[in-house]
Amino acid sequence: MENILEIENLGLNLGSKKVFTDVSFTISSGEVTAVIGPNGCGKTSLAYSIMGLKEYLPEQGSILYKNENINKYSIDERARKGITLAWQEPPRLEGVSVRKFLALGLESQKKEVTEQQLESVLKEVGMSPRIYLDRDIDDTLSGGERKRIELASILIMEPELVILDEPDSGVDIVALNNIGTVINKLKEKNTGILMITHSEEMLKYADKAVLLCHGEILKKGDPKEISVFYQQECRDCEVDDYDSHREKRQKMKGGVKDIG
Amino acid sequence: MMVKAYKEAGGEDVFSDSEVAHVVLERDNVLGSHEVEGLEVNIKKREKGRVQVEIDVKSGKVIKNPVHMCFGVLPEKGLQVIDMEVNVGQGAEIEVMADCIFPNASEVKHIMEAEINLAENSKYTYRENHYHGEGGGVEVQAEAEIKAEPGSYFYSVFSLLKGRAGKISFDYQADLAEHSTLEMLARIRGNSEDEITIREAGVLRGAGARGILDSKIALQDKASGEILNELTACAPGAQGHVDCTEVIKDEATARAVPIVNVEHPEAKITHEAAIGSVDDAKLQSLMSRGLNEEEATEVIVQGMLKG
Repeated sequence: MENILEIENLGLNLGSKKVFTDVSFTISSGEVTAVIGPNGCGKTSLAYSIMGLKEYLPEQGSILYKNENINKYSIDERARKGITLAWQEPPRLEGVSVRKFLALGLESQKKEVTEQQLESVLKEVGMSPRIYLDRDIDDTLSGGERKRIELASILIMEPELVILDEPDSGVDIVALNNIGTVINKLKEKNTGILMITHSEEMLKYADKAVLLCHGEILKKGDPKEISVFYQQECRDCEVDDYDSHREKRQKMKGGVKDIG
Repeated sequence: MMVKAYKEAGGEDVFSDSEVAHVVLERDNVLGSHEVEGLEVNIKKREKGRVQVEIDVKSGKVIKNPVHMCFGVLPEKGLQVIDMEVNVGQGAEIEVMADCIFPNASEVKHIMEAEINLAENSKYTYRENHYHGEGGGVEVQAEAEIKAEPGSYFYSVFSLLKGRAGKISFDYQADLAEHSTLEMLARIRGNSEDEITIREAGVLRGAGARGILDSKIALQDKASGEILNELTACAPGAQGHVDCTEVIKDEATARAVPIVNVEHPEAKITHEAAIGSVDDAKLQSLMSRGLNEEEATEVIVQGMLKG
């Protein structure tokens, strides 16, 4: 598999707070790389850095997308190059219909949008086009519905790299199956997927995993091994201070076969 | 010429349809007028630049198609004053679509003074769209007094979404009897040095009366906007909501003063007022779909003004 994204020694501080440091891994086309870690470990900040949010541009390291350093590119420039992000909490867009929102991702690439495409992606996420296409993305839609529309908007764009930020948060059991469908569809199209999650359940979709702890990579490799390790060592970890945790992290590093 | 300008501003071609009532006024010239059964339209020219328009809907009549009114000034300079009186009879229903067009204006003044009387259980829907061209040379003063009898329904929306606004002063005042309903909306974009003032006011005088005042303005460059909405509830079960939203960018300035008065313990009014720039989360969401910041802002502002 060809590497579509290479993260090399990436580091970010927000004010005086170290958010993540020395983060390196790769993402291949048609594969899912999961970044897992407890809340506050820097996962979403890493996603924002890769997507190019202004406040999250990294101070150290490089983001190579198809061998090009994209550190300086803005969000929309990265999106037009084929990178996009499914947001953890998609915002309400009052007065913007589902139809318009889905179409935007193609129109920005100067591609035509057909009714069939719109209907097809909504069906993939378990939503009726007849009921939803002309509804506005406002507070009449639940968070779970907005989340599914977000996934549909990713499908229609056919990106080369997508970041799924906590795709399972705020969705019901039925929608969880839709996430699997979306991931499989994206893989079929050879899309590289970076999945941000704090749930080891989601690692079943991953081809490789990176375990992040206090902004540092603790382990990376086989998702099954990472999952076991995460359940045993991280999920109930009560050490929340960065320095106190340093020694523990040093002892834990390694031990999982590195596959990427 | 006027109909051509109307179509260029986005209006529908309805003036040859015998089932659609219409009025076309260019300054004080009556260019067209057509009535339908149950609807009476009287137009009188007064002093220079001033026209009186009286619209009566007979009791019990439901006007099937929206009535189209096209008002405007085509030359660069001019005055148009319209004294409008609307009487909607008991149980009658009418929808009016008014387009006010000043495409070439450099020094145009448009004044509308309206008196609207809704008899018991009648329904009046009024959609007013403005197009002022790109020069910013229009001054609009729109004033209306609405009297709603028991069980009646009044809905109005004032929109200016394309081109310059110029100077707009908008002042609608409604008085509602028991179980009548008021919905007043304004959606305006301002740019360059436009000045926009909106005052929507309602008094929910009767028991069970309902009212919504909802104004949204988007401002950029050095435009300024002010929303002064006021809702008063004086009777048991009277309920209402006031919403003032302004989005600004560049050097634009905005002010919002929602006033709510409750004069009965069983009445209730809520309000919201928000002024600020376009929300970052919304911008970033759209930018992650490939829109640049300007395109994303436009989608958000258009959505807000549509809602």
